Amino acid sequence: MATLRLKDVRKSYGNAHVIKGVDLEIDDGEFTVFVGPSGCGKSTLLRMISGLEDITSGTLEIDGQVVNDLPPKERGIAMVFQSYAIFPHMTVRENVAFGLTIAGASKAEKEEKVAEAARILQMEHLLDRRPSQLSGGQRQRVAIGRAIVRKPKVFLFDEPLSNLDAALRMDMRMEIGKLHEQLDATMVYVTHDQVEAMTLADKIVVLKDGLVMQVGSPMELYHAPANLFVAGFLGAPSMNFVTVDVQSRDAAQAQVSNAALEPIAVAHKGRIAGEGKAVLGIRPQHVRAAQPGQGMLHGQVMLTERLGAETVVDLKLKDGSKFIATFAEDRVFEPGESVDLTFDPAQAHLFAPEDTTSAPH
Amino acid sequence: MSSKLTRSNRAGWLFALPGFSLLFLFIIVPFFFAFWLSLTNQRLVSPNPTEFIGLKNYRDLLSVSIITLEPERTEAGEVVRDKDGEIEYPRVRTITRSDEFPQYRGMQEWFRWQSGDTAKVVIAADVVFMKALVNTLTFALFIVPIQGGGALLLALLINQKLRGINAYRTIYFMPVVISIVVISLLWRFIYSGNEGLLNNILSALTFGAFTPVDWLGNTETALGSIIAMSAWQAMGFHMVIWLAGLQSISPTLYEAASIEGASKWQTFRYVTWPGLRNTAVLVLIVITMQSFAVFAQVDVMTNGGPLDSTQTLVFQTVERGYGKQDISGGATISVILFLMVLMISAVQAFLTRERK
Ligand SMILES: Nc1ncnc2c1ncn2[C@@H]1O[C@H](COP(=O)(O)OP(=O)(O)OP(=O)(O)O)[C@@H](O)[C@H]1O
Ligand SMILES: [Mg+2]
Repeated sequence: MATLRLKDVRKSYGNAHVIKGVDLEIDDGEFTVFVGPSGCGKSTLLRMISGLEDITSGTLEIDGQVVNDLPPKERGIAMVFQSYAIFPHMTVRENVAFGLTIAGASKAEKEEKVAEAARILQMEHLLDRRPSQLSGGQRQRVAIGRAIVRKPKVFLFDEPLSNLDAALRMDMRMEIGKLHEQLDATMVYVTHDQVEAMTLADKIVVLKDGLVMQVGSPMELYHAPANLFVAGFLGAPSMNFVTVDVQSRDAAQAQVSNAALEPIAVAHKGRIAGEGKAVLGIRPQHVRAAQPGQGMLHGQVMLTERLGAETVVDLKLKDGSKFIATFAEDRVFEPGESVDLTFDPAQAHLFAPEDTTSAPH
Repeated sequence: MSSKLTRSNRAGWLFALPGFSLLFLFIIVPFFFAFWLSLTNQRLVSPNPTEFIGLKNYRDLLSVSIITLEPERTEAGEVVRDKDGEIEYPRVRTITRSDEFPQYRGMQEWFRWQSGDTAKVVIAADVVFMKALVNTLTFALFIVPIQGGGALLLALLINQKLRGINAYRTIYFMPVVISIVVISLLWRFIYSGNEGLLNNILSALTFGAFTPVDWLGNTETALGSIIAMSAWQAMGFHMVIWLAGLQSISPTLYEAASIEGASKWQTFRYVTWPGLRNTAVLVLIVITMQSFAVFAQVDVMTNGGPLDSTQTLVFQTVERGYGKQDISGGATISVILFLMVLMISAVQAFLTRERK
């Protein structure tokens, strides 16, 4: 049970600035997910919270107490690593009880807490095995067991599922979700798997190059991305970006068009200055096929992928840009065929070209 | 399978041949030859034909007995004492040379202790061999923990990320690459009785209160001095082995331990030491085997002296086989040494086996 607060937290290795000022608040019991491309500093930020890396500048508070200079054990955190990091020479029981052994807990206490953790994670039958006799998923369960016996204030996970195969990952993802409900603990979770982020998170923090791009609930981020990066990062296939000319702009909307796009009015949310170029973002799922000769977007089919439940079509728009559309039905398109598309301008997003500014939060 | 090997790999075997034949000639043949020699009376150079004499060489080395000496008594049955009040016993040679006890013929006193009025005397067919055996065991007994433990400490120190740590690594490893003969010569100066470095340092540290010791010329200190120097010399080698073991332990295990709040000692006990298990077995067995083969230090520094206090098995093997031309006697010692080392290593391997 704890709140976390980061104020202008920075990290540099010599001249390499890895975390460039992160402000973040995490509420008690919240499941927060850090996502971002490889090398953006997710692990570094998590390790700074854990105390494995020291904080170059800024402050980190857990439950209102500044913990910058506290060693990991005094922060009341537990961490689960991608590589499991369970001790190979100990049995599962000894591994799970490790934190208690270190703290000098009595045998009876250890027995009781290990049994409880094993029950929660459904691994009672594994307790006397050694790690070498476990599958990857079971090992990760042991690592999670080791984390929960100590009843830490904050759980930290660094890509705990990325060494598992797809099916197992889904199982474990649900288990971690359940675990969060059961323990009602504050959890911080690093991943670069969008599905994990979208399904598990109460709050997603999108990072890029050591900066926070946007913070919000999964649906906020999906439906109202604050910038091009977040818009392109979440959702699969990712959002289409069409460069458009701004014809006019009033307080709420801007009139935009290009060679392939009929003039439409889109809300600009203050993100574009005036006339000139802008980028229009449209999710592949948000377009529908229109009657030939009608519609708002015009292009030509390059490639069709029929997946049964849906059809993914690669298009080349009239202005020469690429566009992906998905239709929630099985439908045949011939390569070279002309296609006219329509969409709801309320579901489109307008961004300034090359914007990378992070959203206010 | 083997026919396929020989057929299709003719070139391979040809390339292996020079190396293999050298190994065969100088390692494998002498190994079996030693067994055979130890059962004969072969001398290095001798006009007489070789005779098969069974296990006589082994008896001549290994026979040990305990005899009980009754004190000398007066007619009245009183125990005779010398002027210091010590009980007087008949001389051991009255027994070992008497025709009454052919089984003790030629044996000599090794050591004795007193029980009540009687004296128990341990006599051995070959006292020098027995001393060599005890010295070698003592040597191994001290070297294994000192060298192994010291090397581990060095490895732990050197495994840190510090500026210039490579300089330390080099310094600690240096004695390993220098010839043991050169090192032994240097240490003879260090241990020298009159102007030796060690005596000088000790007397400087104690402001002259320390009386110089002839470290290698004294039966009390000679073996200890060789042990100290030998432990230091090969420590760097085992340090490198430990270091390799240390670096194979995954850093995330240390991170996990630190998250769980382990202290330095707990981290060593629960992460480092278990991670070094296999390395420890290797180091243990290698040091044991090496210490049973101790020779060069003794040869250069003391020649087995003073009063046989630094005799060792390999030194005896060489001295007998080549010094005294008794090649079958030398071979016998080397066979005994081989069996001993084999047994000890097997016991060590068994005791340290992976328990499932
Ligand atoms: N010890 C270090 N010295 C210098 N640079 C470092 C060090 N550790 C990490 N970095 C750099 O910091 C950046 C962030 O690394 P980090 O491991 O946090 O990335 P990440 O977001 O977790 O990526 P991934 O998804 O691949 O795990 C990277 O560019 C990396 O090169
Ligand atoms: Mg990472």
